[in-house]
Amino acid sequence: MTHVVVIGAGQAGGRAIEALRGNGFTGPITLIGAETHLPYERPPLSKEMLLDPASPKIDWVRPAAWYAEHNITLKLGQTATKLDRGTKTITLQDSTTISYDKLILATGTTPRKLAIPGGDHPRCICIRTLEDSEKLRPFMAQDSHIVVIGAGFIGLEAAAAARSHGAAVTVLEMAPRPMGRGVPATIGELYAQLHRNKGVDLRLNTQISHIDGPDTEPQIHLADGTTLTATAIVVGIGVLPEQDLATQAGLETNNGIVVNTHAQTSDPDIYAAGDVTRHPNPLLGCDLRLESWQNAQNQAIAAAKNIAGIPTTYAEIPWFWSDQYGINMQITGLPSDTATEVTRGDLSTFQGLLFQLTGAKLTAAIGLNSPRDLRFAKNIIQAQIDVTPDELANPAVKLQDIAKRARPA
Amino acid sequence: MTEQLVALCDASAVSEDTPVQAKLAGEELCVYLHDGAYYVTQDLCTHGPGYLSEGFVEGCEVECPFHQGKFNFITGEATAAPCTDKLRTWKTTVQDGKIWINPAEHAA
Repeated sequence: MTHVVVIGAGQAGGRAIEALRGNGFTGPITLIGAETHLPYERPPLSKEMLLDPASPKIDWVRPAAWYAEHNITLKLGQTATKLDRGTKTITLQDSTTISYDKLILATGTTPRKLAIPGGDHPRCICIRTLEDSEKLRPFMAQDSHIVVIGAGFIGLEAAAAARSHGAAVTVLEMAPRPMGRGVPATIGELYAQLHRNKGVDLRLNTQISHIDGPDTEPQIHLADGTTLTATAIVVGIGVLPEQDLATQAGLETNNGIVVNTHAQTSDPDIYAAGDVTRHPNPLLGCDLRLESWQNAQNQAIAAAKNIAGIPTTYAEIPWFWSDQYGINMQITGLPSDTATEVTRGDLSTFQGLLFQLTGAKLTAAIGLNSPRDLRFAKNIIQAQIDVTPDELANPAVKLQDIAKRARPA
Repeated sequence: MTEQLVALCDASAVSEDTPVQAKLAGEELCVYLHDGAYYVTQDLCTHGPGYLSEGFVEGCEVECPFHQGKFNFITGEATAAPCTDKLRTWKTTVQDGKIWINPAEHAA
Protein backbone atom coordinates (compact mmCIF):
# COMPACT_ATOMS: atom_id res chain seq x y z
CA MET A 1 0.00 0.00 0.00
CA THR A 2 1.19 3.50 -0.80
CA HIS A 3 2.81 5.17 2.20
CA VAL A 4 2.48 8.96 2.19
CA VAL A 5 4.94 10.92 4.31
CA VAL A 6 4.31 14.59 5.03
CA ILE A 7 7.24 16.70 6.23
CA GLY A 8 6.06 19.82 8.01
CA ALA A 9 3.25 19.87 10.58
CA GLY A 10 1.89 23.36 9.94
CA GLN A 11 -1.31 24.45 8.26
CA ALA A 12 -0.27 22.95 4.91
CA GLY A 13 0.83 19.61 6.38
CA GLY A 14 -2.31 19.30 8.47
CA ARG A 15 -4.66 20.19 5.62
CA ALA A 16 -2.85 17.78 3.29
CA ILE A 17 -3.49 14.90 5.67
CA GLU A 18 -7.10 15.92 6.23
CA ALA A 19 -7.63 16.05 2.47
CA LEU A 20 -5.92 12.70 1.88
CA ARG A 21 -8.35 11.02 4.27
CA GLY A 22 -11.25 13.14 3.05
CA ASN A 23 -10.63 12.06 -0.54
CA GLY A 24 -10.53 8.33 0.03
CA PHE A 25 -6.83 7.69 0.63
CA THR A 26 -6.71 4.77 3.08
CA GLY A 27 -2.99 3.91 3.04
CA PRO A 28 -0.54 4.67 5.83
CA ILE A 29 0.31 8.32 6.50
CA THR A 30 3.23 9.64 8.55
CA LEU A 31 3.47 13.26 9.65
CA ILE A 32 6.90 14.62 10.56
CA GLY A 33 7.07 17.99 12.32
CA ALA A 34 9.92 19.94 13.87
CA GLU A 35 7.59 21.49 16.45
CA THR A 36 6.24 19.30 19.23
CA HIS A 37 2.68 20.45 18.44
CA LEU A 38 0.04 19.05 16.18
CA PRO A 39 -0.71 21.30 13.19
CA TYR A 40 -2.20 24.67 14.14
CA GLU A 41 -3.13 27.86 12.32
CA ARG A 42 -0.55 30.64 12.54
CA PRO A 43 -2.53 33.84 11.75
CA PRO A 44 -3.68 34.27 15.40
CA LEU A 45 -0.05 34.29 16.63
CA SER A 46 0.33 37.96 15.73
CA LYS A 47 -3.36 38.83 16.32
CA GLU A 48 -5.71 37.21 18.84
CA MET A 49 -2.94 35.49 20.79
CA LEU A 50 -1.27 38.83 21.50
CA LEU A 51 -4.50 40.75 22.05
CA ASP A 52 -6.31 38.42 24.42
CA PRO A 53 -5.09 38.82 27.99
CA ALA A 54 -6.55 35.44 28.96
CA SER A 55 -4.98 32.38 27.44
CA PRO A 56 -6.60 32.36 24.01
CA LYS A 57 -7.73 29.24 22.27
CA ILE A 58 -5.33 27.68 19.84
CA ASP A 59 -6.77 26.95 16.39
CA TRP A 60 -5.73 23.34 15.90
CA VAL A 61 -6.25 22.12 12.34
CA ARG A 62 -7.75 18.94 13.86
CA PRO A 63 -8.04 17.83 17.50
CA ALA A 64 -5.57 15.22 18.75
CA ALA A 65 -8.18 12.45 18.70
CA TRP A 66 -8.69 12.92 14.96
CA TYR A 67 -5.13 11.80 14.16
CA ALA A 68 -5.57 8.60 16.16
CA GLU A 69 -9.00 7.91 14.65
CA HIS A 70 -7.58 8.37 11.17
CA ASN A 71 -4.54 6.22 11.75
CA ILE A 72 -1.89 8.93 11.26
CA THR A 73 1.61 8.12 12.54
CA LEU A 74 3.00 11.21 14.23
CA LYS A 75 6.69 12.03 14.41
CA LEU A 76 6.56 15.39 16.16
CA GLY A 77 9.54 17.27 17.60
CA GLN A 78 11.60 15.63 14.86
CA THR A 79 13.49 17.36 12.08
CA ALA A 80 14.04 15.59 8.80
CA THR A 81 17.75 15.91 8.11
CA LYS A 82 18.10 14.06 4.82
CA LEU A 83 15.99 13.11 1.83
CA ASP A 84 17.33 10.27 -0.35
CA ARG A 85 15.32 10.10 -3.54
CA GLY A 86 17.22 7.02 -4.77
CA THR A 87 16.13 4.82 -1.88
CA LYS A 88 13.00 6.91 -1.22
CA THR A 89 13.89 7.38 2.43
CA ILE A 90 13.95 10.23 4.91
CA THR A 91 16.42 10.39 7.78
CA LEU A 92 15.32 12.05 11.01
CA GLN A 93 17.56 13.85 13.48
CA ASP A 94 17.54 10.79 15.76
CA SER A 95 18.98 8.80 12.80
CA THR A 96 15.86 6.71 12.20
CA THR A 97 14.90 6.35 8.56
CA ILE A 98 11.42 6.31 7.10
CA SER A 99 10.51 5.00 3.65
CA TYR A 100 7.95 6.75 1.48
CA ASP A 101 6.11 6.08 -1.71
CA LYS A 102 4.77 9.62 -2.03
CA LEU A 103 6.17 12.59 -0.16
CA ILE A 104 4.70 16.02 0.56
CA LEU A 105 7.13 18.76 1.54
CA ALA A 106 5.24 21.31 3.62
CA THR A 107 8.24 22.73 5.41
CA GLY A 108 7.08 26.37 5.28
CA THR A 109 9.37 29.23 6.01
CA THR A 110 11.71 30.39 8.73
CA PRO A 111 11.94 33.99 9.91
CA ARG A 112 14.80 35.99 8.48
CA LYS A 113 17.33 36.74 11.21
CA LEU A 114 18.49 40.24 12.00
CA ALA A 115 21.95 40.27 10.42
CA ILE A 116 23.50 43.00 12.55
CA PRO A 117 25.72 42.84 15.63
CA GLY A 118 23.47 41.97 18.57
CA GLY A 119 20.72 40.70 16.28
CA ASP A 120 20.65 37.58 18.46
CA HIS A 121 19.90 39.52 21.68
CA PRO A 122 17.71 37.32 23.94
CA ARG A 123 14.88 39.86 23.80
CA CYS A 124 14.74 39.75 19.98
CA ILE A 125 11.59 37.76 19.16
CA CYS A 126 10.33 36.60 15.79
CA ILE A 127 6.69 35.51 15.61
CA ARG A 128 6.47 32.11 13.97
CA THR A 129 5.45 29.60 16.65
CA LEU A 130 3.09 29.37 19.62
CA GLU A 131 6.11 29.68 21.90
CA ASP A 132 7.21 32.89 20.18
CA SER A 133 3.80 34.43 20.71
CA GLU A 134 3.62 33.25 24.33
CA LYS A 135 7.09 34.64 24.98
CA LEU A 136 6.24 38.05 23.53
CA ARG A 137 2.82 38.57 25.09
CA PRO A 138 3.90 39.29 28.73
CA PHE A 139 6.27 42.03 27.54
CA MET A 140 3.32 44.02 26.20
CA ALA A 141 2.32 46.11 29.22
CA GLN A 142 1.60 49.69 30.34
CA ASP A 143 5.17 50.48 31.32
CA SER A 144 6.96 48.61 28.56
CA HIS A 145 8.50 49.76 25.31
CA ILE A 146 8.14 47.43 22.36
CA VAL A 147 10.42 48.12 19.42
CA VAL A 148 9.26 46.50 16.21
CA ILE A 149 11.81 46.02 13.47
CA GLY A 150 10.07 45.77 10.11
CA ALA A 151 6.72 47.37 9.26
CA GLY A 152 5.27 44.37 7.47
CA PHE A 153 1.97 42.70 8.34
CA ILE A 154 3.31 40.78 11.34
CA GLY A 155 5.26 43.71 12.73
CA LEU A 156 2.28 46.08 12.46
CA GLU A 157 -0.14 43.54 13.93
CA ALA A 158 2.24 43.14 16.86
CA ALA A 159 2.50 46.94 17.16
CA ALA A 160 -1.30 47.24 17.27
CA ALA A 161 -1.51 44.53 19.93
CA ALA A 162 1.19 46.20 22.02
CA ARG A 163 -0.66 49.55 21.86
CA SER A 164 -3.87 47.84 22.95
CA HIS A 165 -2.03 46.78 26.12
CA GLY A 166 -0.82 50.33 26.65
CA ALA A 167 2.81 49.72 25.78
CA ALA A 168 4.89 52.42 24.12
CA VAL A 169 5.67 51.26 20.60
CA THR A 170 8.37 52.25 18.13
CA VAL A 171 8.35 50.73 14.65
CA LEU A 172 11.54 50.88 12.59
CA GLU A 173 11.31 50.33 8.85
CA MET A 174 14.07 50.81 6.32
CA ALA A 175 11.68 51.33 3.37
CA PRO A 176 9.81 54.60 2.77
CA ARG A 177 6.42 53.04 3.57
CA PRO A 178 4.93 50.21 5.59
CA MET A 179 3.81 46.88 4.11
CA GLY A 180 5.62 47.77 0.90
CA ARG A 181 5.62 44.23 -0.46
CA GLY A 182 1.98 43.54 0.27
CA VAL A 183 -0.15 46.62 -0.37
CA PRO A 184 -0.09 49.67 -2.68
CA ALA A 185 1.37 52.97 -1.44
CA THR A 186 -2.15 54.41 -0.98
CA ILE A 187 -2.92 51.80 1.67
CA GLY A 188 0.58 51.87 3.14
CA GLU A 189 0.33 55.62 3.72
CA LEU A 190 -3.14 55.26 5.26
CA TYR A 191 -1.81 52.67 7.71
CA ALA A 192 1.26 54.77 8.51
CA GLN A 193 -1.15 57.52 9.59
CA LEU A 194 -3.35 55.05 11.47
CA HIS A 195 -0.44 53.76 13.55
CA ARG A 196 0.77 57.28 14.26
CA ASN A 197 -2.73 58.32 15.33
CA LYS A 198 -2.74 55.36 17.71
CA GLY A 199 0.47 56.61 19.28
CA VAL A 200 3.06 54.49 17.50
CA ASP A 201 6.39 56.15 16.83
CA LEU A 202 6.73 54.95 13.24
CA ARG A 203 10.12 55.70 11.75
CA LEU A 204 10.45 55.03 8.03
CA ASN A 205 13.67 55.09 5.98
CA THR A 206 15.41 54.02 9.17
CA GLN A 207 18.52 51.85 9.37
CA ILE A 208 19.69 50.03 12.47
CA SER A 209 23.39 49.84 13.25
CA HIS A 210 23.56 47.36 16.12
CA ILE A 211 21.93 46.10 19.32
CA ASP A 212 23.57 45.74 22.71
CA GLY A 213 22.71 46.25 26.37
CA PRO A 214 21.79 43.93 29.24
CA ASP A 215 19.84 40.73 28.57
CA THR A 216 16.65 42.28 29.94
CA GLU A 217 17.11 45.76 28.46
CA PRO A 218 18.24 45.74 24.86
CA GLN A 219 19.48 48.96 23.33
CA ILE A 220 18.87 49.55 19.65
CA HIS A 221 21.37 51.87 18.01
CA LEU A 222 20.16 53.50 14.81
CA ALA A 223 22.39 54.53 11.93
CA ASP A 224 21.65 58.20 12.65
CA GLY A 225 23.20 57.84 16.11
CA THR A 226 20.05 57.70 18.24
CA THR A 227 19.58 54.91 20.78
CA LEU A 228 16.33 53.26 21.88
CA THR A 229 15.93 51.16 25.00
CA ALA A 230 13.35 48.39 24.67
CA THR A 231 11.57 45.88 26.84
CA ALA A 232 11.40 43.52 23.89
CA ILE A 233 12.16 43.68 20.18
CA VAL A 234 9.83 42.16 17.61
CA VAL A 235 11.75 41.16 14.52
CA GLY A 236 9.46 40.98 11.50
CA ILE A 237 11.72 41.33 8.51
CA GLY A 238 10.40 38.58 6.31
CA VAL A 239 10.82 34.86 5.99
CA LEU A 240 12.90 32.44 3.95
CA PRO A 241 11.63 29.18 2.44
CA GLU A 242 12.73 26.03 4.30
CA GLN A 243 14.04 24.36 1.16
CA ASP A 244 17.40 22.90 2.20
CA LEU A 245 16.11 19.32 2.28
CA ALA A 246 14.84 19.70 -1.28
CA THR A 247 17.96 21.45 -2.56
CA GLN A 248 20.26 18.81 -1.07
CA ALA A 249 18.15 16.09 -2.67
CA GLY A 250 18.59 17.73 -6.07
CA LEU A 251 15.02 18.97 -6.46
CA GLU A 252 14.61 22.18 -8.42
CA THR A 253 14.48 25.24 -6.14
CA ASN A 254 14.39 28.96 -6.87
CA ASN A 255 13.59 30.94 -3.73
CA GLY A 256 11.14 28.16 -2.99
CA ILE A 257 10.69 24.55 -4.05
CA VAL A 258 9.57 24.67 -7.67
CA VAL A 259 6.29 22.82 -8.31
CA ASN A 260 3.86 22.60 -11.22
CA THR A 261 0.14 23.38 -11.16
CA HIS A 262 -0.44 19.95 -9.56
CA ALA A 263 1.86 20.88 -6.64
CA GLN A 264 4.35 18.32 -7.95
CA THR A 265 8.11 18.94 -7.76
CA SER A 266 10.67 17.96 -10.38
CA ASP A 267 10.42 14.43 -8.85
CA PRO A 268 6.95 13.03 -9.68
CA ASP A 269 6.74 11.18 -6.34
CA ILE A 270 7.39 14.34 -4.36
CA TYR A 271 4.86 17.12 -3.92
CA ALA A 272 5.26 20.41 -2.07
CA ALA A 273 2.68 22.82 -0.71
CA GLY A 274 2.34 26.08 1.17
CA ASP A 275 4.73 28.94 1.84
CA VAL A 276 7.73 26.91 0.67
CA THR A 277 6.65 26.53 -2.96
CA ARG A 278 7.27 28.58 -6.06
CA HIS A 279 4.34 27.67 -8.26
CA PRO A 280 2.77 28.78 -11.52
CA ASN A 281 -0.53 30.62 -11.22
CA PRO A 282 -2.45 29.79 -14.42
CA LEU A 283 -5.03 32.53 -13.76
CA LEU A 284 -2.40 35.25 -13.54
CA GLY A 285 0.18 33.78 -15.92
CA CYS A 286 3.11 34.15 -13.55
CA ASP A 287 5.09 32.21 -10.94
CA LEU A 288 4.51 33.06 -7.29
CA ARG A 289 5.77 32.15 -3.85
CA LEU A 290 3.00 33.12 -1.46
CA GLU A 291 3.17 33.48 2.29
CA SER A 292 -0.51 33.11 2.93
CA TRP A 293 -3.08 31.11 4.80
CA GLN A 294 -5.13 30.46 1.65
CA ASN A 295 -2.16 29.05 -0.25
CA ALA A 296 -1.05 26.89 2.69
CA GLN A 297 -4.48 25.32 2.89
CA ASN A 298 -5.57 25.01 -0.71
CA GLN A 299 -2.32 24.06 -2.40
CA ALA A 300 -1.97 21.32 0.23
CA ILE A 301 -5.47 20.09 -0.58
CA ALA A 302 -4.57 20.05 -4.29
CA ALA A 303 -1.41 18.01 -3.59
CA ALA A 304 -3.40 15.54 -1.47
CA LYS A 305 -6.09 15.09 -4.11
CA ASN A 306 -3.49 14.40 -6.78
CA ILE A 307 -1.94 11.72 -4.57
CA ALA A 308 -5.40 10.32 -3.84
CA GLY A 309 -5.96 9.89 -7.57
CA ILE A 310 -8.12 12.94 -8.21
CA PRO A 311 -6.26 15.10 -10.76
CA THR A 312 -6.44 18.65 -9.41
CA THR A 313 -5.00 21.89 -10.74
CA TYR A 314 -4.22 24.52 -8.15
CA ALA A 315 -5.37 27.85 -9.57
CA GLU A 316 -6.65 30.61 -7.33
CA ILE A 317 -6.58 34.37 -7.23
CA PRO A 318 -4.38 35.19 -4.19
CA TRP A 319 -6.21 36.38 -1.11
CA PHE A 320 -4.82 37.56 2.21
CA TRP A 321 -5.88 39.51 5.26
CA SER A 322 -4.50 41.52 8.17
CA ASP A 323 -6.24 42.69 11.34
CA GLN A 324 -4.94 45.87 13.02
CA TYR A 325 -6.81 47.92 15.65
CA GLY A 326 -10.01 46.00 14.90
CA ILE A 327 -9.85 46.93 11.21
CA ASN A 328 -10.01 43.99 8.85
CA MET A 329 -8.00 44.50 5.67
CA GLN A 330 -8.33 41.97 2.88
CA ILE A 331 -6.22 41.91 -0.25
CA THR A 332 -6.92 40.02 -3.45
CA GLY A 333 -5.11 39.86 -6.76
CA LEU A 334 -1.62 41.24 -7.28
CA PRO A 335 -1.21 44.83 -6.04
CA SER A 336 1.16 46.95 -8.11
CA ASP A 337 2.65 50.41 -7.95
CA THR A 338 1.76 51.30 -11.53
CA ALA A 339 -1.93 50.39 -11.82
CA THR A 340 -4.75 52.94 -12.05
CA GLU A 341 -6.48 53.34 -8.68
CA VAL A 342 -10.17 53.82 -7.96
CA THR A 343 -11.76 54.17 -4.53
CA ARG A 344 -15.22 53.05 -3.37
CA GLY A 345 -16.40 54.23 0.04
CA ASP A 346 -14.21 56.22 2.37
CA LEU A 347 -10.78 54.75 2.95
CA SER A 348 -9.97 57.43 5.52
CA THR A 349 -12.66 55.96 7.79
CA PHE A 350 -11.41 52.44 7.00
CA GLN A 351 -14.66 51.51 5.31
CA GLY A 352 -14.32 50.93 1.61
CA LEU A 353 -12.26 49.46 -1.17
CA LEU A 354 -9.29 50.46 -3.26
CA PHE A 355 -9.34 48.96 -6.75
CA GLN A 356 -6.39 48.66 -9.08
CA LEU A 357 -6.98 48.44 -12.81
CA THR A 358 -4.80 47.76 -15.77
CA GLY A 359 -6.77 48.82 -18.83
CA ALA A 360 -10.33 47.55 -18.40
CA LYS A 361 -9.29 44.67 -16.10
CA LEU A 362 -9.33 44.65 -12.34
CA THR A 363 -5.95 43.36 -11.14
CA ALA A 364 -6.16 43.87 -7.37
CA ALA A 365 -8.52 45.07 -4.68
CA ILE A 366 -7.94 45.96 -1.05
CA GLY A 367 -11.00 46.00 1.18
CA LEU A 368 -11.12 47.76 4.53
CA ASN A 369 -13.89 46.30 6.70
CA SER A 370 -15.55 45.21 3.45
CA PRO A 371 -15.13 41.45 3.25
CA ARG A 372 -18.16 40.67 1.11
CA ASP A 373 -17.42 43.31 -1.51
CA LEU A 374 -13.82 42.14 -1.57
CA ARG A 375 -15.03 38.63 -2.32
CA PHE A 376 -16.99 39.89 -5.33
CA ALA A 377 -13.88 41.75 -6.45
CA LYS A 378 -11.98 38.45 -6.35
CA ASN A 379 -14.58 36.95 -8.68
CA ILE A 380 -14.33 39.94 -11.03
CA ILE A 381 -10.55 39.49 -11.20
CA GLN A 382 -10.84 35.76 -11.77
CA ALA A 383 -13.49 36.07 -14.52
CA GLN A 384 -11.52 38.93 -16.17
CA ILE A 385 -14.68 41.02 -16.49
CA ASP A 386 -14.26 44.40 -18.17
CA VAL A 387 -14.89 47.20 -15.70
CA THR A 388 -14.91 51.00 -15.79
CA PRO A 389 -13.47 53.26 -13.10
CA ASP A 390 -16.83 55.06 -12.81
CA GLU A 391 -18.85 51.98 -11.92
CA LEU A 392 -16.23 50.75 -9.47
CA ALA A 393 -16.30 54.11 -7.72
CA ASN A 394 -20.10 54.27 -7.62
CA PRO A 395 -21.53 52.50 -4.57
CA ALA A 396 -24.93 52.42 -6.28
CA VAL A 397 -23.50 49.85 -8.70
CA LYS A 398 -23.37 46.62 -6.73
CA LEU A 399 -20.18 44.64 -7.17
CA GLN A 400 -22.22 41.44 -7.24
CA ASP A 401 -23.97 42.74 -10.35
CA ILE A 402 -20.64 43.44 -12.02
CA ALA A 403 -19.44 39.98 -10.99
CA LYS A 404 -22.50 38.42 -12.65
CA ARG A 405 -21.73 40.01 -16.01
CA ALA A 406 -20.69 37.54 -18.65
CA ARG A 407 -17.16 37.74 -19.85
CA PRO A 408 -17.10 39.71 -23.12
CA ALA A 409 -16.71 37.60 -26.23
CA MET B 1 -43.66 20.93 22.07
CA THR B 2 -43.77 24.70 22.05
CA GLU B 3 -44.72 26.21 18.74
CA GLN B 4 -43.83 29.73 19.79
CA LEU B 5 -42.68 31.44 16.60
CA VAL B 6 -40.47 34.51 16.68
CA ALA B 7 -40.07 37.03 13.86
CA LEU B 8 -36.47 37.60 12.78
CA CYS B 9 -36.67 40.21 10.03
CA ASP B 10 -38.63 41.50 7.06
CA ALA B 11 -38.54 39.08 4.16
CA SER B 12 -37.96 42.01 1.82
CA ALA B 13 -34.65 42.76 3.55
CA VAL B 14 -33.10 39.50 2.34
CA SER B 15 -31.88 39.00 -1.21
CA GLU B 16 -30.23 36.04 -2.95
CA ASP B 17 -26.73 37.43 -2.71
CA THR B 18 -27.09 39.37 0.52
CA PRO B 19 -28.01 37.40 3.62
CA VAL B 20 -29.13 39.34 6.67
CA GLN B 21 -28.17 39.15 10.32
CA ALA B 22 -30.95 38.83 12.89
CA LYS B 23 -30.74 38.63 16.66
CA LEU B 24 -32.48 36.09 18.82
CA ALA B 25 -32.02 36.13 22.59
CA GLY B 26 -28.53 37.56 22.26
CA GLU B 27 -27.40 35.16 19.55
CA GLU B 28 -26.80 36.27 15.97
CA LEU B 29 -28.59 34.30 13.28
CA CYS B 30 -28.29 34.57 9.51
CA VAL B 31 -31.25 34.61 7.12
CA TYR B 32 -30.78 33.53 3.49
CA LEU B 33 -32.95 33.51 0.38
CA HIS B 34 -32.48 30.80 -2.21
CA ASP B 35 -34.85 29.81 -5.04
CA GLY B 36 -37.72 31.65 -3.40
CA ALA B 37 -37.28 29.95 0.00
CA TYR B 38 -35.83 31.37 3.21
CA TYR B 39 -33.29 29.58 5.41
CA VAL B 40 -31.83 30.38 8.82
CA THR B 41 -28.54 29.29 10.38
CA GLN B 42 -26.41 30.48 13.25
CA ASP B 43 -24.48 33.53 12.00
CA LEU B 44 -21.17 32.75 13.67
CA CYS B 45 -18.94 30.42 11.68
CA THR B 46 -18.13 27.15 13.47
CA HIS B 47 -14.43 27.62 12.70
CA GLY B 48 -13.53 31.20 13.61
CA PRO B 49 -15.02 34.54 14.61
CA GLY B 50 -16.49 35.32 11.17
CA TYR B 51 -20.13 36.27 10.57
CA LEU B 52 -21.73 34.46 7.66
CA SER B 53 -24.16 37.37 7.12
CA GLU B 54 -21.11 39.28 5.86
CA GLY B 55 -20.20 36.34 3.65
CA PHE B 56 -20.50 35.42 0.03
CA VAL B 57 -23.44 33.36 -1.20
CA GLU B 58 -23.30 31.13 -4.25
CA GLY B 59 -26.22 28.76 -4.85
CA CYS B 60 -27.09 27.20 -1.49
CA GLU B 61 -23.59 27.73 -0.09
CA VAL B 62 -22.32 30.56 2.04
CA GLU B 63 -18.61 31.35 2.23
CA CYS B 64 -17.33 32.82 5.49
CA PRO B 65 -15.64 36.21 5.02
CA PHE B 66 -13.01 35.30 7.60
CA HIS B 67 -11.27 32.24 6.14
CA GLN B 68 -13.41 31.44 3.07
CA GLY B 69 -14.63 28.12 4.46
CA LYS B 70 -18.07 27.13 3.19
CA PHE B 71 -21.37 25.72 4.43
CA ASN B 72 -24.55 24.49 2.81
CA PHE B 73 -27.04 26.79 4.54
CA ILE B 74 -29.97 24.45 3.86
CA THR B 75 -28.48 21.46 5.68
CA GLY B 76 -25.85 23.32 7.75
CA GLU B 77 -23.11 20.92 6.55
CA ALA B 78 -19.56 22.26 6.21
CA THR B 79 -18.56 21.93 2.56
CA ALA B 80 -15.08 23.46 2.30
CA ALA B 81 -12.00 23.70 4.52
CA PRO B 82 -11.22 24.88 7.06
CA CYS B 83 -14.80 24.36 8.28
CA THR B 84 -15.68 20.91 9.59
CA ASP B 85 -18.47 21.37 12.14
CA LYS B 86 -22.10 21.81 11.07
CA LEU B 87 -24.08 25.01 11.51
CA ARG B 88 -27.32 24.85 13.48
CA THR B 89 -30.29 25.47 11.19
CA TRP B 90 -33.91 26.45 11.83
CA LYS B 91 -37.06 25.82 9.82
CA THR B 92 -38.61 29.05 8.57
CA THR B 93 -42.14 30.28 8.12
CA VAL B 94 -43.04 33.37 6.08
CA GLN B 95 -46.01 35.28 7.42
CA ASP B 96 -47.09 38.94 7.22
CA GLY B 97 -43.95 39.71 5.20
CA LYS B 98 -41.68 38.48 7.96
CA ILE B 99 -39.43 35.45 8.51
CA TRP B 100 -40.35 33.41 11.58
CA ILE B 101 -38.61 30.54 13.35
CA ASN B 102 -39.25 28.41 16.41
CA PRO B 103 -36.35 29.07 18.82
CA ALA B 104 -37.16 25.85 20.69
CA GLU B 105 -35.75 23.92 17.73
CA HIS B 106 -32.34 24.46 19.28
CA ALA B 107 -31.86 25.08 22.97
CA ALA B 108 -29.91 28.29 23.54
